[in-house]
Amino acid sequence: MVAVRSRADRLVASTLRRHLLIALGAAVVLLLLSAQIGAYDDYNLTAVAIFAVAAAGLTLLTGLNGQLSLGHGALMAIGAYTTSLLLKDHRQLPVIVVLLISVVSAGVIGIAFGYAAARLRGPYLAGATLTLAVALPQVATRYKSIFGGESGLTVPPSAPPDWLGADFPPERWLAWIAVAAAVVTMLLLANLLRSAPGRAFKAVRDNEAAAALAGIDVARTQVLAFVISAACAGLAGALFAYWSGITSPAGFSLSLSLQLITAIVIGGLGSLAGAVWGSIVLVFVPLLTSGLASSVHLPSAVADNLPLAIYGGILVIAMLVAPHGIQGALRRILAIGRARREHTPGGGQKGVVDWDDPAPGT
Amino acid sequence: MSRFFVLSLTGLTQGAIYAAMALALVMIWRATKVINFAQAAMAMFTTYLALFAIDHGAPYWVGFLVALLSGLLLGAIIERVLVRPVESAPPLNVVILTLGLLLFLEALAPMAFGGQIRSFPPAFSIVGLHLGNSQVAFSPFDAFTLGAVLAVMVLLLVLFQKTNLGLRMRASAFNPEVSGLLGIRVGRMLTLGWALASLVGALAGVLIAPSLLLYPTFMDDVLVFGFTGAVIGGLDSAVGAVVGGLLMGFALSYVGGYFGSDLETVGALVILIAVLMVRPRGLFSLQRLRQV
Repeated sequence: MVAVRSRADRLVASTLRRHLLIALGAAVVLLLLSAQIGAYDDYNLTAVAIFAVAAAGLTLLTGLNGQLSLGHGALMAIGAYTTSLLLKDHRQLPVIVVLLISVVSAGVIGIAFGYAAARLRGPYLAGATLTLAVALPQVATRYKSIFGGESGLTVPPSAPPDWLGADFPPERWLAWIAVAAAVVTMLLLANLLRSAPGRAFKAVRDNEAAAALAGIDVARTQVLAFVISAACAGLAGALFAYWSGITSPAGFSLSLSLQLITAIVIGGLGSLAGAVWGSIVLVFVPLLTSGLASSVHLPSAVADNLPLAIYGGILVIAMLVAPHGIQGALRRILAIGRARREHTPGGGQKGVVDWDDPAPGT
Repeated sequence: MSRFFVLSLTGLTQGAIYAAMALALVMIWRATKVINFAQAAMAMFTTYLALFAIDHGAPYWVGFLVALLSGLLLGAIIERVLVRPVESAPPLNVVILTLGLLLFLEALAPMAFGGQIRSFPPAFSIVGLHLGNSQVAFSPFDAFTLGAVLAVMVLLLVLFQKTNLGLRMRASAFNPEVSGLLGIRVGRMLTLGWALASLVGALAGVLIAPSLLLYPTFMDDVLVFGFTGAVIGGLDSAVGAVVGGLLMGFALSYVGGYFGSDLETVGALVILIAVLMVRPRGLFSLQRLRQV
């Protein structure tokens, strides 16, 4: 028994190996799941994976590096438009190439934004990124010949490869792509956060002066966080283009950016698992509430707006009762359970819970 | 030249609205260090209440008062019931809370008042005034808009600078703990700050409604431009908010007039970035950047 246990311990002792195991497990479970569910749920699974990629990038920037971005939808738009332009006029390119080019283009533009952002703090950065989120879609509206104006650009779906069989559902193929992208993103980010750059991100967030004294280049760290975050948003945007089949300014409105920031706070700021929880909330709560609203017979003015009202209400209540998000609540429950098992007096009390990544400003 | 003149007049009136919105945001920022995204929906809701009163036979001025007073009340309730409990939570939580409130109110309004787009009556004629024998793009209602915003700003200035209450409010915002030790009811001052800010927002709502039409998200753009103005001016400065708001009004009018209205927000972004690159905390902020 002891021998078995120590072998298991050794297997997960290395961070990389532990992350690889979790990623592999998640990928297998999700692939099996995607085969069990119908095309509609595959479509929703894809949406969760896309939001998870973008939210993971944003939680790295906002939760772990302390830079508040209200304009990540604009960075997603850069990825989506790159994909759409690459695939314009029915050009055939492998998905992986399209995704990588979109990641690079969003990352490169992220360098420019990152340098500007590194000079700004708190609400000033929030204001600048908010304006970016409003302004960028208008560029697409203005230059119709390139970006297709209001009606946007259509994106041809990625056909499943032949070896999967002729009648393999394209929704499931897209779900596979999105899930694979999400798992790889999470794996890379999880490792990054437990390495030197990841610790530098947190050090800069917690105290810039102390980080600088410890030899960390504050501005460079902030730019790096912004670029990685932008690259994630670019990947999410590219997947979003495949998923929606059309890239138009309306798809990247301010509300998309605000949804992303909502997702990471509801899920649990600064944690990758929280980004996943938040993405699930983002996709499934509106579906549930609109199903609920249409099942009871109400006047149309009420029924049409009920899902939004419930969603807004949930945000308000969640902030009042679960300030550290879903992941925070889970950690608390786990900590209480652990304390009970170990008979620690005062288990589950305030202060006993060890928040791995407390939110900035706490 | 005449085109420039016309655009300047439009910019001035629009700028007054953005200035009011910016002021509403800055007052709340100074009191509780919160960016109140719900301000757009709060102003929308109070404007709907004004229209509700007017629909039921009340004269315009009663509707106008309904908007301002309901704004005052709404701001106080939101601060006391929703914002106070999350004061000690991470700062982003309050942002999400106000976003949730924004969505909630924007969904509640069509449920309560009907989903169709409504027109809102102006207090005075919106036909341009005659100067000599030429008509200018400046109506009596524009003059009223400017006058009303100016009057509110002067009243607030007097309140904050010349009265005991204003001094207590400033002290509470400046240092809540010390103010509390000195016997100031800090909580009440914060509630009052939110109430007054919400009143200013409500004023912006009734004043812009005739030219924008009334629908649940009609104040969202005003909020974005007001916020941009507040950031340009410096979030800690009421004067900065007014200057920043006016600047936004002029800039959007010129960009829209000379380059096309679809570049307005791009123009706003360019100006914002240009100002922040030179002064990262806005034009009028007194706080110095901490040098590392």
